[in-house]
Amino acid sequence: MADRTPIVHSSTVPGGVTQLRSASSQASLVESARKGAIYERSLQRKRGEVSESVMALVICEAVQYLQKQAKGIADLEDRLNRLGYHMGQRVLELITLREGKSAKRETKVLGILQFIHTMVWRTLFGRPADALERSTEDTNQYMIIDNDPLITRFISVPKDMAQLNCAAFAAGIIEAVLDASLFTAKVTAHTMGTPQTPDKTVYLVQFESLR
Amino acid sequence: MGVKSIYILNKAGGLIFQRDFGDSLSKLDSNDYLVIAGTLHSVHAITTRISPVAGSSGLTVMETPSFSLHIFQSQTGIKFMILTDRQQYGIDSIASRIHHLYSDYVMKNPFYTLEMPIRCEKFDRYLGAYISTVA
Repeated sequence: MADRTPIVHSSTVPGGVTQLRSASSQASLVESARKGAIYERSLQRKRGEVSESVMALVICEAVQYLQKQAKGIADLEDRLNRLGYHMGQRVLELITLREGKSAKRETKVLGILQFIHTMVWRTLFGRPADALERSTEDTNQYMIIDNDPLITRFISVPKDMAQLNCAAFAAGIIEAVLDASLFTAKVTAHTMGTPQTPDKTVYLVQFESLR
Repeated sequence: MGVKSIYILNKAGGLIFQRDFGDSLSKLDSNDYLVIAGTLHSVHAITTRISPVAGSSGLTVMETPSFSLHIFQSQTGIKFMILTDRQQYGIDSIASRIHHLYSDYVMKNPFYTLEMPIRCEKFDRYLGAYISTVA
């Protein structure tokens, strides 16, 4: 009875480790195809919910990773924004594809903002944003308001970085959707906590010029 | 009735979080809290060794005439020490709820460094909110 761990493998799979590895990767490929790997699934599937914890941990790692490279708080926000930008470009593409024949290209500022407020938010966070407002001071300035942003739900910003808002990631998503729809804008995230909604975040959309 | 104080200890026995609830407890010197934490950590380690049964989890409850001390250790070696009065029941669910809050608002916070003192505003806020529902 000498066939314990290593010997069992070499006797069942002649050729040793490399053989073993390819066999196991084949097995996992077959298994993932059977389960339906993410690439096998239809893009049309509307309900694709993921674990909130896993998402929070991924965002946590992303922030830590970017923080190592960043030179300061403004730079970190900028990097988060750019990370979101890559996602926003794809999100717009995906939503448009899913809308199918009813999809249209928004040509009005209010139309695209409404689209972000409801469609983009619902796709990403499962509910529409809480408010959409126009600035009273600057007609080129709009605000999308989220009272409890999912991205920063578990993040407590330390006191010495008080002006940082990790929702800059979502601001990047908004910016990309606007840019890709040919509304050039700069989007920034600001914390405007109130006692009832301590996490309230305002996404400030500053358009270059209105068409 | 109620939870009087919570201590969280890292793997090495260092105090990474301490908070009193209510004002029935007298304030100690910050050094004293570290000493209490270190001592209880050692006592906990000793009790795992002197247990007649192998694989003992060590000290879990200590009762005195005026209060009880409950120790809950997570799989990763973080110890939660909960000081309650003697009538408090349902400690298991309180401990697991605190562990839950810890894993949400501390471990998922990118600005927290492992094994270091916990300074997370949201953890404080939600812990306070939860403890006030227990009392």
